[in-house]
Order: sequence, then structure tokens, then C-alpha cells
Amino acid sequence: MSRPIPAPVGAHYGLRDWLSQRVTAIVMIVYTVLFLGYVLWNGGLDYTVWKALFAGNAFRLATFVMMVGLLWHAWVGVRNILMDYAKPMSLRLALQIAVICLLVGYAGWTVQVLWGGP
Amino acid sequence: MAAADREVARPRPVYLNLIAIRLPMPALVSILHRITGALLFLVGIPLLLWFIQRSLASPDAFEAAMLPLRTPFGKLVLFGLLWGYLFHLLAGLRHLALDLHIGITLAPARSSAAALLVLSVLLAIAIAARLW
Repeated sequence: MSRPIPAPVGAHYGLRDWLSQRVTAIVMIVYTVLFLGYVLWNGGLDYTVWKALFAGNAFRLATFVMMVGLLWHAWVGVRNILMDYAKPMSLRLALQIAVICLLVGYAGWTVQVLWGGP
Repeated sequence: MAAADREVARPRPVYLNLIAIRLPMPALVSILHRITGALLFLVGIPLLLWFIQRSLASPDAFEAAMLPLRTPFGKLVLFGLLWGYLFHLLAGLRHLALDLHIGITLAPARSSAAALLVLSVLLAIAIAARLW
């Protein structure tokens, strides 16, 4: 005998967001440790080291993956903050739209920084 | 008798003076996790992208982009963001530990929250000292 299926309730993104917040955090932590290790190993940064680092395609792609994780993480976090403090629906929607625009802008800027160089 | 039907002996005080509320240590870490996250989103990401973009243009532009970091105000801003990032990262790790049911009773939750505050400051000082 099968158990009755519970009535679907809620917005259904809770578990997905809970998990993606943690997965993106771990991606950023790995990137941070490797990056800090590289910088401290080189005893700081000068232009030659810095330029060579960003010239490598693997580093560019890794940075892009980290930034996508960061922007996703920021969306989940900021949306949670807005859900707690911005109670009127019109205000919340307006702020969420502003945040999404900002995040998409950051993403475009990231591509520009990584692949738009001279 | 349902809880709502019971007569309240005294009206409960609504006490939401943010300045007078003394937050327990885990609550302080929780709200700082939020505040640092919001600041990293609003200030950290654009400053980071701006710095990388400027600094990669040419050796002169690299020096020019580094210049604000050598002023006391620039160092203060960078130190603040560095601490904010480290605090947010460590608070996230603490969160992951709590998810795994590590340190969820009151005493370890309090001491890990206090350790987190101290450790984030020490780590920020250590990295700043190495960079300058």
C-alpha cells in the first residue's frame, strides 16, 4: 500500500537554495585558498606576475567559474535578507529587480575584465 | 485550554531597542555574517572588479591602481573588506559544521562564535602584515 502523497506547498526552492549556497561557498573557498597561496608564495604582487596570471586561460576560466558561484551565492543571500526586512511586496520586488540587474551587470563586467583586455 | 485563551498575567514588554539589546555571541556572529555579506555584495565585488580591470591595463596603470592602497584610508578600506571576507568565510565554515551537527549545543556554539571573531581579526592582521 502506498502512502498518500502530501499536498505540495511552498515555493520549492528551499532545498535547492540551501544546497547551492553551500556548494558555491566551497567553490569560492577552494579558489581563495589557491589564490592566496599563490600570492603569498610569490611574496606579494607585481605587474609581471599579475599580468602573467591573468593571461592563462585556465586561470581565467577558474576565475569565471568562481565569479558565477559568487554571484549566485550573493543572489541567494541578498534575497534572504530582502525577504526578512523588505515586507511590502512592491518594495521587495523593486529591490529584487535592482539586485538582479546589479548581478547581471557584475557578470558582464567580469567577462569584460577576463577576456576584454588589450 | 488553548494557549491563546489563557489570560496573560502581565502584558509582555515589547523591547526592541537595538542599542540596548545585548546580543548573545552566536547571534552577533549571525548578524555580522549578514552585514558582511551585504557589504561584500555592494562594495566588495565592484571594488574587486574595478581594481583588477585597472591594474591589468599597463604597468603604469598597475602602479596607479595600487596607489590608493598605500594611503591610510585605502589601507583601512582594504583591511575592512579583508576582515569582512575572512569573517564571512569562517562564519560559513562554522555554518557547515553546524549543518553536520558539529557543535550545536549551547556551550560549543558560544565558544566557536567567540573564537571566530578573534580568529578572523588575527588572520586579517596576519595577511595585511604579509602584504604590506
